[in-house]
Amino acid sequence: MLRKLLIGTALAAGVAFAAHAEDVKEVQMLHWWTSGGEAAALNVLKQDLAKEGFAWKDVPVAGGGGDAAMTALKAMVAAGNYPTASQMLGYTVLDYAAAGVMGDLTETAIKEGWDKSVPAALQKFSVYDGKWVAAPVNVHSVNWLWINKAVMDKIGGTEPKTFDDFIALLDKAKAAGVIPLALGGQNWQEATMFDSVVLSTGGPEFYKKAFNDLDEESLKSDTMKKSFDNLAKLVTYVDPNFSGRDWNLATAMVIKGDALVQVMGDWAKGEFNAAKKVPGTDFLCYRFPGTDGSVIYNSDMFGMFKVPEDRKAAQIALATATLSKSFQSAFNVVKGSVPARTDVPDTDFDACGKKGMADLKAANEGGTLFGSLAQGYGAPPAVANAYKDVVSKFVHGQIKTSDEAVTQLVSAIEDAK
Amino acid sequence: MSIVAETSITLTPEHDARPGASVRSRLQDALPKLVLAPSFAATIVFVYGFILWTIYLSFTNSKTFPSYAITGPRAYQRLWRWTFESDPPSSWYTSITNMGIFGFLYISICLALGLFLAILLDQKIRGEGMLRPIYLYPMALSFIVTGVAWKWFLDPGLGLEQTLHQWGWTSFHFDWIKNKDFVIYTVVIAGVWQASGFIMAMFLAGLRGIDGEILKAAQIDGATTFQLYRRIVIPLLRPIFLSALIVLAHLAIKSYDLVVALTSGGPGGSAWLPSNFMYEYTFKRNEMAVGSASAVIMLMTITAIIVPYLYSELREKPR
Repeated sequence: MLRKLLIGTALAAGVAFAAHAEDVKEVQMLHWWTSGGEAAALNVLKQDLAKEGFAWKDVPVAGGGGDAAMTALKAMVAAGNYPTASQMLGYTVLDYAAAGVMGDLTETAIKEGWDKSVPAALQKFSVYDGKWVAAPVNVHSVNWLWINKAVMDKIGGTEPKTFDDFIALLDKAKAAGVIPLALGGQNWQEATMFDSVVLSTGGPEFYKKAFNDLDEESLKSDTMKKSFDNLAKLVTYVDPNFSGRDWNLATAMVIKGDALVQVMGDWAKGEFNAAKKVPGTDFLCYRFPGTDGSVIYNSDMFGMFKVPEDRKAAQIALATATLSKSFQSAFNVVKGSVPARTDVPDTDFDACGKKGMADLKAANEGGTLFGSLAQGYGAPPAVANAYKDVVSKFVHGQIKTSDEAVTQLVSAIEDAK
Repeated sequence: MSIVAETSITLTPEHDARPGASVRSRLQDALPKLVLAPSFAATIVFVYGFILWTIYLSFTNSKTFPSYAITGPRAYQRLWRWTFESDPPSSWYTSITNMGIFGFLYISICLALGLFLAILLDQKIRGEGMLRPIYLYPMALSFIVTGVAWKWFLDPGLGLEQTLHQWGWTSFHFDWIKNKDFVIYTVVIAGVWQASGFIMAMFLAGLRGIDGEILKAAQIDGATTFQLYRRIVIPLLRPIFLSALIVLAHLAIKSYDLVVALTSGGPGGSAWLPSNFMYEYTFKRNEMAVGSASAVIMLMTITAIIVPYLYSELREKPR
């Protein structure tokens, strides 16, 4: 009995060892891109790597949104079982880098010229302590309006240039009997919309001070109060059932023409694409009124872990392929985002994509590229979530006035710091 | 079974006589302990060990990852402050008041409804064999399935309200699931739907175990049906109440997934329970110390309620 057990253990160890030997030519990848379009986009990367002789191994994680994946990653890292790379967002990369578990890609970065082509605002998250620890895959921006063109024509609306224009447009839709604003009442969606409202109300300088530098004076200023008042105005245009709705259902309302407009990041375009809608003829993409020229971004990154020397070649191949111009273009055309390097040709992109790329380039050069607080690129997760709490409680009426909202925001952020 | 019993009987007298057998019999004595040892060790480590670890972490400054330097009770101070922030409600205040409302209603309604259904089903009715599994079946579903089903059913745009509007009752209005003040009651509804059938089965088993002679004696003495249940049946079901209460209490505490599936946290986080709070703070907000502290407070609250009850119930056993 005991002998059998010993033999069994030895066999298992042998198998494990053999598996480990194969690891060398294998890219272990933890990600939550499982939906149709995203999976197709990732396939491009798999094929690129296969050409160089590296096998792709998904580390399976159920559940979208990344929460489950992050919990799984935490467990893997705690057990010392690092994946080659993992999809990561913003401050998570820096947290892991501070814990000393990330690899070093600086050599490759210099060789491939990433430091020149990747926007400086993104490098804040992909470079830690002078070392490249992550490869940015894409740049999403959140200050977009997505409008159903048929409804827009029916009510005779034009592109809103200011916040007041926007309110007037929503009024028109209301009068015509369509739901003016499609919103999903989940805290991250409300806060994502509020990011744009703050940028529109206070301007780029104010947004940066309040939501990237967390300057207390700005957070409790009258401009912030006005932003909350503007948010309250917008919320009067949503339908009564908005609470708890998923973002893609809200997008579907716009696609079907039940609602006029959604304020959402450019991942919403993926939904329009999947429904075979064409930008310019079926739907319109405008910057959130009053935010033209600035981009509030978030970005998906592939964090690179500190793997043993023999697995390093696979990791470098993955990072190089990720930031290659061909993959950046192919992937982002499908995903709806724009490339994470500014020197990628925009020929394959649709009208909205072209505009997004031009805006990103301009914002990068003009210094108006800001991290989204709601998406975790403005401040660490504790602060970002405290912010989402306050915005959501304001939208749903637990916090009743903008005065109270500002006080709560300051104390919540102070608490979470 | 019987073979084991016989061999042990024949072996025992020879215990002292033959030294060779003594090893074997000692081994036999030790066998139950050996078999139990792994699960005992696992419990010690994975339950009690991690309770201690959580308590330890709650006194540190752990953020994304555990850190081991003790920094004092700051996490508890924050929770204590949040306990009294009722307007606007802090997330912790919402969580604990929700736990109170949910725990009380869920347990009491399940007990009352379970007992009531069991008594009705115990009237020697036809088709009991078919009815019982129908009531019991919801328990076979996971909280997630229950949550999603009820989410659709209670959604004013999809479920009950929409259907009744289509049938012509346009004034009907039921939007609790979208209402910050009432969303917790929808969690109670879904929870009760799921668990009351199981509680019914427990009570039914208890009712079947009651000696018919006692009931007949009471009937001969002229007791009414109400008196029969009030004075005899329900007091005799007391051990069942204890088991049901323990089952329900732990279901109530771990209702995390029901809240997530049914309400995804509710409007502005108004459906949170302490378990949601714990998960959010530990894993999403990277405030492991605060999450641990809230877990410790949950544990202490349960202990404070359950231990005196268990003590008073179990002490009376050896009558």
